[in-house]
Amino acid sequence: MSVAGGIIRQNQSVIPGFGITLGITVTALSLVVLIPLAALAFRAAGVGPAEFWRIATHPRTLAALRLSFGAAFIAAAVNAVFGLLVAWVLVRYRFPGKGILDAAIDLPIALPTAVAGIALAVIYAPNGWVGGGLAQLGIKVGYTPTAVVVALIFVGLPFVVRTVQPVLAESEKEIEEAAALLGASRLRTIFQVVLPLVSPALLTGFALAFARGIGEYGSVIFVAGNLPFVSEIAPLLIVIRLEEFDYGGAAVIATVMLALSFFLLMVISALQTRNRRRLGYV
Amino acid sequence: MSDAVMRPPIRQARVNDEMPLVRYALIGVAVLFLLLILFLPLVAVFAEAFRRGAGAYLNALTDPDTTAAIGLTLLVAFISVVFNIVVGVSAAWAIAKFHFRGKQFLITLINLPFSVSPVISGLVFVLLFGAGGLLGPWLQAHDIEIIFALPGIVLATIFVTFPFVTQQLVTLMQAQGTQEEECALSLGASGWRTFLFVTLPNIKWGLLYGVLLCNARAMGEFGAVAVVSGKIRGLTNTMPLQVEILYNEYNFVAAFAVASLLALLALVTLALKSFFEWRFADAIALGATR
Repeated sequence: MSVAGGIIRQNQSVIPGFGITLGITVTALSLVVLIPLAALAFRAAGVGPAEFWRIATHPRTLAALRLSFGAAFIAAAVNAVFGLLVAWVLVRYRFPGKGILDAAIDLPIALPTAVAGIALAVIYAPNGWVGGGLAQLGIKVGYTPTAVVVALIFVGLPFVVRTVQPVLAESEKEIEEAAALLGASRLRTIFQVVLPLVSPALLTGFALAFARGIGEYGSVIFVAGNLPFVSEIAPLLIVIRLEEFDYGGAAVIATVMLALSFFLLMVISALQTRNRRRLGYV
Repeated sequence: MSDAVMRPPIRQARVNDEMPLVRYALIGVAVLFLLLILFLPLVAVFAEAFRRGAGAYLNALTDPDTTAAIGLTLLVAFISVVFNIVVGVSAAWAIAKFHFRGKQFLITLINLPFSVSPVISGLVFVLLFGAGGLLGPWLQAHDIEIIFALPGIVLATIFVTFPFVTQQLVTLMQAQGTQEEECALSLGASGWRTFLFVTLPNIKWGLLYGVLLCNARAMGEFGAVAVVSGKIRGLTNTMPLQVEILYNEYNFVAAFAVASLLALLALVTLALKSFFEWRFADAIALGATR
């Protein structure tokens, strides 16, 4: 619709309340979200370019950013595989307890992160429920970077399952039948027919899980061990800088984190557009 | 979604079914994965909470600092939910009932808090209102407390919950269009009356669904609130912060007791959410909220 058309349509509408509802929305959004975010950019810019660069490239900052982005990436990749499997099983098969499993997928979104954090800590600590057994095998999970990945797998799972599930449910089985009747093996049908069909949704789910993992705090800090340079995530480093009253440092790390994650989300969304075009639907 | 709908009525050719063995293996792996990743943490919370028996559990929950934390959490969630209802309904009305420039941009901005780390969501308010923040000196001179006090906790909670109700209602009201409202208005109803008797009945389940998710996040928010609260016992400690403090003091039974209440809240939320999706799938614009 053209801009002029839009404005005319708005003026012609018999529905009242445009001014006041838009006013409330924009005011609330500005006061609670936009102005505070602008304050972050302002504070980060206030330290000056040289100091900004020094803080952003400080080895401890880089290590924390590397861990947050790296662990979030690995966890999102694991979730892409297992999330697809879970979605497939929930959509295509019947088995007892399916309804409960389906409802439980959203648990990581509903469960407060601090609760998940301390639960993961008693499970994966070296003397914990699972961690104890793993320790005897010589595998350490709790208080290592691996624990960060485990926590982020928990946090990100629903994002993959919930984006893939509806696409799988709507995909027509006739296409798979056609492939089978044309002589494709089941495996070939899965890889060349089903997977391309769900790949845009899978990429979206991956991106959502990845984005969520980068910023995650509560479920990670109890089980990560929080050793600087080793298992210290970027959000924790921000909290530490704040507790030292180093507002500039906290603002710079936060700005770098936000900029990196927005950049990544943009790259993924661009990939998505290309992927969709290649598959023939825009 | 029910299975019966998706399955073809007659299943003659099984050309595209996996072999039973493969099927059982896939189900087995998926169930094991979910048990390990999702259910084990949930079981751990309750098992650790009752490790020393029901007496110790109840003792932990009746501690004055803990009851204060419960009260503060309820208060903060209540304020956030009311704020989000007012803003959410307003935003959805403006976005769904009118055409204007920059609408898509506005929706993007409303959803922005979803992509911001909880810690940063708290940090922005410290940078604005904290002692060393932009407005800090002015607030101190006028004796107004925002950071390390209730207003800061409420602001941080509203920041992280901002998209929940709005996104839900925008999708729902866009799908419903404007015909019914136009009809009521042309019959002479006032705008307010149209909203109360036409729009509100149409969106009530969607609104409740959004409130449900918003409330769960408001009560459970940790990172954003941890940054602004100052964690003053009995005063600015919400339940998730109380969990952290008790855990860090090695008071595990008490930490998990408080955590079990939050886990219970999560379970009730999930049960209600599933019920809503099953009973009111059309009335809540399913799939709007991730």
